[in-house]
Amino acid sequence: MRFRFDGVEYGAREGDTLAAALVRNGVVGGFRSPYRGRPRGVTTRDESEPSALVQVGARTLVRATLLPVVDGLEAEPLAGKGRLVPAARRPLESVYAHCDVLVVGGGRAGRVAAAAAQGRLVWLDGLRDEPELTHGRTWAVGLYDDNWVVALERERRLWRIRARRVVLATGATERLPVVPDNDRPGVLVASAAAAYEAPEGAVVGLSGGWTPRVALWSQARGRLRWDERIAAPVPDGELPGVECVGSATGAGLPDAPAWRLVAGDEDAMFVDLERDVTVADLRRALRAGLRSLEHVKRYTTAGTGSGQGKLGNANAVLVAAELLGVEPGELGTTTVRPPYVPVPFPAVAGRDRGALFDPVRVTPLDAWHAAHGAVWENVGQWRRPRYYPLPGEDMDAAVARECAAAREGVATMDASPLGKIDVQGPDAVELLNRLYTNAFDSLAVGRCRYAVMCTADGMVFDDGVVMRVGPKRFVCTTTTGNAAAVLAWMEEWLQTEWPELRVWLTSVTEQWATVAVVGPGSRDLLTPLTDVPLGRDAFEFMGLREGVVAGIPARICRVSFSGELAFEVNVDGRRSLGLWEAIHAAGDVTPYGTEAMHVLRAEKGYPIVGQDTDGTVTPHDLGMGWIVSRTKGDFVGRRSFARADTARSDRRQLVGLLPDALLPEGAQVVESPVAARAIGHVTSSYHSVALGRPFALALVSDGRAREGTRVWALAAGGTIEADLVGSVLYDPEGMRRDGVPV
Amino acid sequence: MLLVPCPWCGDRAELEFSYGGEARVAYPGDSDALADGEWARYLFFRANPRGRFRERWVHTHGCRRWFELERDTETHRIVR
Repeated sequence: MRFRFDGVEYGAREGDTLAAALVRNGVVGGFRSPYRGRPRGVTTRDESEPSALVQVGARTLVRATLLPVVDGLEAEPLAGKGRLVPAARRPLESVYAHCDVLVVGGGRAGRVAAAAAQGRLVWLDGLRDEPELTHGRTWAVGLYDDNWVVALERERRLWRIRARRVVLATGATERLPVVPDNDRPGVLVASAAAAYEAPEGAVVGLSGGWTPRVALWSQARGRLRWDERIAAPVPDGELPGVECVGSATGAGLPDAPAWRLVAGDEDAMFVDLERDVTVADLRRALRAGLRSLEHVKRYTTAGTGSGQGKLGNANAVLVAAELLGVEPGELGTTTVRPPYVPVPFPAVAGRDRGALFDPVRVTPLDAWHAAHGAVWENVGQWRRPRYYPLPGEDMDAAVARECAAAREGVATMDASPLGKIDVQGPDAVELLNRLYTNAFDSLAVGRCRYAVMCTADGMVFDDGVVMRVGPKRFVCTTTTGNAAAVLAWMEEWLQTEWPELRVWLTSVTEQWATVAVVGPGSRDLLTPLTDVPLGRDAFEFMGLREGVVAGIPARICRVSFSGELAFEVNVDGRRSLGLWEAIHAAGDVTPYGTEAMHVLRAEKGYPIVGQDTDGTVTPHDLGMGWIVSRTKGDFVGRRSFARADTARSDRRQLVGLLPDALLPEGAQVVESPVAARAIGHVTSSYHSVALGRPFALALVSDGRAREGTRVWALAAGGTIEADLVGSVLYDPEGMRRDGVPV
Repeated sequence: MLLVPCPWCGDRAELEFSYGGEARVAYPGDSDALADGEWARYLFFRANPRGRFRERWVHTHGCRRWFELERDTETHRIVR
């Protein structure tokens, strides 16, 4: 096999690591240290390698001791720091496994443990690649609560393994002695020098003793104690479900060489080669008054390289103890954290990237929107049409046209993402009474009610329309982004506080599609398509009817989020395209998106929970005291309306602003152009076609008492003056909701 | 990642669950009888012990069941 290192071609044998091949070729140097530029070379034959780090294509900080040579390999030496290459990598794998016994390590102790294992066995080793292992060249990089183990296989597959029992047979790693020039190329730990086939006289092997691999034990919060015989930390005490065996416990390791700090140039006695930290650096840190090993680590950076000081940490303890005149065991150790070896981010991500990173929810009408040029907006996880530009139109022009159609003709919106919760059971009325601020006893079958729910502190949590579809059955709609939270909220109260209520909750958001048919022409347009009488008297505002629209069974609500005459037609999602197309074939109908919906609702002062509210706003702050029942029994949030803070008059209240120019949403509102204290902020801001001017909604302290005054909003580069007015700016008398002659 | 014992689904991975805070903080039956300070204690004050703690969990991405368990906040271990 041939490979290139630093531009030079060499030969290698099957099974060689890059480190083994370099040393056999007599390349004992070839690397540099990160800060001092000292020549370095291969030092070890395992994951503790501090110097022989290479870049292979997009892979960075790869240890030459762990990299198998393949024919044509091209590796560049790195001086301690990685290089990110923005290359498109193919996705790496993410796999789950469960087992009775997980054995980490394929050495002698690991073999014994694997042979004795009962049940399903996972057996891995980071360095070895023998066929009896279930996973060769696989590093266990993290041991978490309840034996959750994360393991990296050949740098391309991340395993997440739940094991009943974990056996740590991780062995030990040899360290360098702390002597002058212990970082010179050709100086290797003794076991590496013996294992590599170096040319005669090219390398020298030194041993500073052996350090058990206790990282996983320590990560899992196993205790460590200093073992004087081997001069290294070993596992202490017990961990449920985790067992340490073999030389990972220190057993069977040779005695450490007698320790003393040798005389010599301390600035050339390296403790952490990867960080260029020497005995002189440790001495400086201790002279500065640092005593804790954690502080010394941060001061000197010893142990903070990508190898986490696997080679040098035990030496750092020995040196610090001697300089301080204490026993090493008194110093403790630094905290070990995952991952044990570096893990490429693409392995962590697995396939969860691009379109799979966060699922996109689409309505059954998505393809129609796309075919008609919709520009998208993400609302929660939903993809919704923001507007539908005609050729040559920008957003403002498209939104103006869509708004005008809704106010003067007929317009449709795909409202399918609205959350829908089916509430059934003999106690359904009681549950809704306790969760919403309104009362539901009086809501007749075939009627809808706009409703608000609050958290126990009295703040608005969600709003929507509650339809009574039967004596014991309701459908509650929720804010698009809040559907899961509202279902969870209802379920929590039902299960934990009122288990005696016989009610069942089901999410039906995706089963129903909702088409809003809006505008003064909507009644005339729909009449020929349905068997439901739509006349002003036959189908009252906030009425609910079941019937057939365009041949499709439908539930129609006469609700309006624009102030115009409107019908919301709910049908089986799978048949909604037929409904939508029939409506568009029936006349001059303009589809509109979320941007026009926002303008239309804001002109009417309808707040959006989460945009005009932020968890500090009560129904009264929104000017919706009328929605809070005073006569029904207790409901969530009621008691808080009497709290001093909730009842004070100078709370921020929802108001309208008529500014001289379009305001930025979020802008602070002040009492004068030079006032320093904000009295509120802008929550919604649009250009209104109906009003022919920019307008905004804002939460302003004591806002309703300020109606008729001038305020200022802070915008980039200055202030914008505005009239503070009521929040309902369009058709405040509500004359249009029953329709006007077209 | 913890293994959380759901009373219906058995031991499942922690990421399927949501945490519900201190257990047995009952919604006051007659809240009108409470002074503002007592009501505020119900709303805002929760125990935060070092050691054993009874707490609520919900199997959000499973059966939606709410339940209680006892966990040691120091070792993170669930005491069954």
